[in-house]
Amino acid sequence: MSGLLTVHNFSCGYGDKFVLRDVNLQARHGEISGIIGPNGSGKTTLFRGITGELPARSGEVLLNGRDISQMPYNARARSMAVVAQHVYATDVTVEEYVLMGRLPHRKQFQLFETKEDYEIAHHYMQLTNVYDLRDKLMSKISGGEQQLANIARALTQQPELLLLDEPTSHLDITHQVQILNLIQKLNEEMKLSVLMIIHDLNLAGEYCDYLVMLKDGQPFKQGLPDEVLNYQVIEEGYKTVVVVQPNPVSNKPAVFLVSDKILKQKKQKNRQEESPDQSGGNL
Amino acid sequence: MNPPSGSASRQKKLFRWGISLLSLLVLTVVAFVLGMSAGELDISVWDVPRILAEKEGVEYVVLTRIRLPRIILAIAAGGGLSLSGAVLQGIYRNPLVEPFTLGISGGAALGVALAIVFTLPAVLGAFALPLAGFSGALLAIVFVYVLGARFGQVNVNNMLLIGVMVSFVSSSVMMLMMSLATAQNLHSIIFWMMGSLDEPNSMLIRLTLIVSVSSLVVASFFSRALNALRLGEANAWHLGINTGLTIRVMFLLASLVAGVCVASTGVIGFVGLVIPHLVRVLAGSDYRILLPASFLGGGIFLIICDAIARTIIAPNELPIGVITGIAGGIMFIVFLSRSRSTLKVN
Repeated sequence: MSGLLTVHNFSCGYGDKFVLRDVNLQARHGEISGIIGPNGSGKTTLFRGITGELPARSGEVLLNGRDISQMPYNARARSMAVVAQHVYATDVTVEEYVLMGRLPHRKQFQLFETKEDYEIAHHYMQLTNVYDLRDKLMSKISGGEQQLANIARALTQQPELLLLDEPTSHLDITHQVQILNLIQKLNEEMKLSVLMIIHDLNLAGEYCDYLVMLKDGQPFKQGLPDEVLNYQVIEEGYKTVVVVQPNPVSNKPAVFLVSDKILKQKKQKNRQEESPDQSGGNL
Repeated sequence: MNPPSGSASRQKKLFRWGISLLSLLVLTVVAFVLGMSAGELDISVWDVPRILAEKEGVEYVVLTRIRLPRIILAIAAGGGLSLSGAVLQGIYRNPLVEPFTLGISGGAALGVALAIVFTLPAVLGAFALPLAGFSGALLAIVFVYVLGARFGQVNVNNMLLIGVMVSFVSSSVMMLMMSLATAQNLHSIIFWMMGSLDEPNSMLIRLTLIVSVSSLVVASFFSRALNALRLGEANAWHLGINTGLTIRVMFLLASLVAGVCVASTGVIGFVGLVIPHLVRVLAGSDYRILLPASFLGGGIFLIICDAIARTIIAPNELPIGVITGIAGGIMFIVFLSRSRSTLKVN
């Protein structure tokens, strides 16, 4: 269980503004790690720092002990694949799209994909269930299918670490679960390490082995889902009242939100009865 | 399920591209023969190969001395401008960009106008106008590049806006020059601006051909990086593409080839806009086919436009820029409305 990705005293930002200051965190080999945190906490900035898009102001991002800003571009893309939120190129077929994952493996001046490139791409297209869509244009398939094609392209890079930026946003629950189950399966069967930004705290608790909660550009709390998804931590991190109870089936932490109206009614009732709340002690 | 056969898809793609290139090469030959036969002196299409084989007579001289250089220049300039347009539309991810949107023609025209007004041709001879045109284009390119690519990071939107501004400023300054010029100078400026493939200097023709063909070769090596840029700069970066380097090199290459073409032919608009879009619809947007197909398509288009320009009011000649504008514009509108396809670069 050694560190695959280490973010060490990392600071970065845009223009004169620092968004992240002295961030330290680790994603370990063979684990699914999740980054959570409220909007504006620096999740996307951290993600862009890890991918190398945003240069570090100080500190470094180490992949297997190597500073990613010092790595050759192709070598970086061979060990770290990224599934970003926005992908353009709508008139490219799914097959050509997935094949682009072979780019970091090409030789200098190599204009055409080899037979092996096609075989690798087809293998991952089958694994992600997009093989039958291979001749369709990316613009003509659904959002869930596009996300599967994104993952197929990332896998075609044959990376050690898969980075995903909110892989389930804009998807219905069917596709959310489908995508995350796939990621879990890849993690188990291919020993693929995963680091993802994930908005949904319930999904984060259900699927991640390790969680980092960001707040104001700093890791506010990191650890096992049970430690991070604790009502006190969430209420402080998100400034929101929540109830946390174990999921009855998986026993992973599940987060419930309560409407303001009900919260006020409860408080009034409690005051009137002047008796302690019996429903779980969270309120 | 059967094991997926990688080789079948691969062969299908290579076959399709091969057919596309082959048909464009055949069309180039057809256009070549048509261009050779068109003109004041009546030479039938079928006689062209015979005359070329016999290597004698007035007709042979007309073909090789007058028409062949024009056709070669048409291939070089048409190919170069069209290649330039395809590359620029790709890096700016904007379907309306062409070499001349970025101030390249504006700068070149200004350079030529200045040269004519200050009677540079009298001093420097035949090379004066191409040199002045190229210097003007180069100045515009450097301006756009330096201003757009400062702060270490390339911002394509800034570069585009600065290009449009450079274009406006230089055309205004040129208007000023024209309003101050004598009638004869004014005529020379306007004549140059409308573009012509009539270039007496064979050195310049050869230079244009060498520059545009080598640009095609260099750009082809970047074609997979250009493909990745279609996914957006961030995604290309994730795929291990040095996006900053690719955008810079491709911008400079596309501008320089356009600058050389403008210097030797004057302003021939529309090739760089229309041809890459037609090729996208017909052959696909993969840069590995788009670049060579645009090059050949641009050459064919200019050969034919030049043939029309030479014959339609023979013995006089229409400026080729007029023909490319009218023919290209109408062709493009008809094509767009027929195919119901939309302008896109992605």
